[in-house]
Amino acid sequence: MSEGTKTTGFVGWIDRRFPLTQLWEDHLSKYYAPKNFNIWYYFGSLALLVLVNQILTGIWLTMNYNPSAEGAFDSVLYIMRDVQWGWLIRYMHSTGASAFFVVVYLHMFRALLYGSYKKPRELLWIFGMLIYVALMAEAFMGYLLPWGQMSYWGAQVITSLFGAIPGVGDALMTWIRGDFNISGVTLNRFFALHVIALPLVLVFLVVAHILALHEVGSNNPDGVDIKKNKDANGVPKDGIPFHPYYTVKDLFGVGVFLFFFAAVVFFMPSFGGLFLEPPNFQPADPLQTPAHIAPVWYFTAFYSILRAVPDKLMGVIAMGTAIFLLFVLPWIDRGPVRSIRYRGFSYKVALALFAVAFVVLSYLGLQSPSMMIMGLSVKGWARIGGVMYFAFFVFLWVYTFFGLEKTKPVPARVKH
Amino acid sequence: MNQDGADRSRRRFLTGAVTVVGGAGVVATAVPFLSYWQPSARARAAGAPVEVDISKLRAGQRISVVWRGKPIWVYRRSEAAVDELPQLNERLSDPQSKVPSQQPPYAQNITRSIRPEIGVLIPICTHLGCIPLYRPEEGSVEASWPGGFFCPCHGSKYDLAGRVYSGMPAPLNLQVPPYWYPAENKLIVGEHQDGGAA
Repeated sequence: MSEGTKTTGFVGWIDRRFPLTQLWEDHLSKYYAPKNFNIWYYFGSLALLVLVNQILTGIWLTMNYNPSAEGAFDSVLYIMRDVQWGWLIRYMHSTGASAFFVVVYLHMFRALLYGSYKKPRELLWIFGMLIYVALMAEAFMGYLLPWGQMSYWGAQVITSLFGAIPGVGDALMTWIRGDFNISGVTLNRFFALHVIALPLVLVFLVVAHILALHEVGSNNPDGVDIKKNKDANGVPKDGIPFHPYYTVKDLFGVGVFLFFFAAVVFFMPSFGGLFLEPPNFQPADPLQTPAHIAPVWYFTAFYSILRAVPDKLMGVIAMGTAIFLLFVLPWIDRGPVRSIRYRGFSYKVALALFAVAFVVLSYLGLQSPSMMIMGLSVKGWARIGGVMYFAFFVFLWVYTFFGLEKTKPVPARVKH
Repeated sequence: MNQDGADRSRRRFLTGAVTVVGGAGVVATAVPFLSYWQPSARARAAGAPVEVDISKLRAGQRISVVWRGKPIWVYRRSEAAVDELPQLNERLSDPQSKVPSQQPPYAQNITRSIRPEIGVLIPICTHLGCIPLYRPEEGSVEASWPGGFFCPCHGSKYDLAGRVYSGMPAPLNLQVPPYWYPAENKLIVGEHQDGGAA
């Protein structure tokens, strides 16, 4: 129990046996967050909401899903057609997968805007990146489960990536697939990993992410450390308790989010082929590749980088590096100023170009590699986009390490 | 921890010994958990050899069978196509089929087959596992196309012996499975002539 709090009655009985009031105060009613959170600060709590949605609808789906090569496709159709409200549960799950990446990408972009990955939040950022990677694995394995053509060939392409590793590649590929090719065996193990192993890992990482956040305190759009200015009671002058202020604010965000979420679930669940791809409405056929294979939209930026490199092993390395660089971002960026509001012109331009590169690469990854756009092939454009992506990190290190960035003075207290 | 009056070297030895024995136990326990992921006896049994009748296979035609869950293509090349293969050598990345994992020794020749006109391949692109399109007709992919295999996923091109062109995303030639001819018009895929399994 925290000092000064006396609980009695039923809560008191619990508090003497379990730190209920203390947890409530440490993480909600006496967790002081900066008072100037803006729209970018909705996406953390929204990610938590989507996680709950995925777990809940996922458990419901397993009740009627059959993880076998013979039964998977039919059981998904059964859920869609015969199970009471099955279509809704499934569309909530499939839309939730894309929504998860939407809010996570915006959440990550917020960190880039306001320097939330910088000291002392490096570990917080790394936990976040681990969540992102676990989420990619979770989404990839989940996509195999409907056992459609895109499920099958997507898994074929991605597991083949491991075959690029010299020496052990082929053995590793067979070990992951559990067969000489993607088969019902692979489906079954992906099911196990998708519904048990990775959700456990994700929940554990989310707890670690929040604990790390509450240890160091939230950053804010001004990038000012609010813990430096405390009143007589040790409360940051620019801080407000998370509950009720931000719980209420986040509830408003939930309302807006659900408006869009429901619109997709009810009116455009396949989202023009972006959330549910057309070839996936055909059962998996190991003897025929669809004419055009593209992963779901949230992977296509990295897929573009993979395709842009003409060598198989180098392509895999480039793709891995694109993700790895994000992990070490706190050490690449040596700049002392956190928020983009007070950073130099160089960072503003670089971040804008980086965002453009990411969106362009994502778009290119959905297109056929031989398609021509303004006289240059998709592959050619992806090479330009890839160079822009990596240049962000290289130049960030250069102009922060050599002190070439002209920053503005950071105020002592948060302004807006 | 209170170390007063304790025999520290003895404690260190005990700690070390427990760590080593415990570590060995963890490694040993990992073996069944990791091996569990390997193909099961049933999956391996499903890899039994397959018999193919090629009596009705005409030039340009192809038969598709399944072995170990993978497609196998058996196709007949025209005489002209066989004659053209050596002329493509300098446009290919491994014209002499020097990578031993991609074909049995008896298929390490210019046609990558036992009989020059009959090709046997696993049509799984060595880039990322898509199935290439069979395009034996000249000019069917592009004007200078001599006939071969074209992967729609990432654009890798192979000639009619499954040899990959240079500068493609695919690093290796298409794989030739083990096979042999028990009779004039019959071939067995999935085993060598001496009966050795793949």
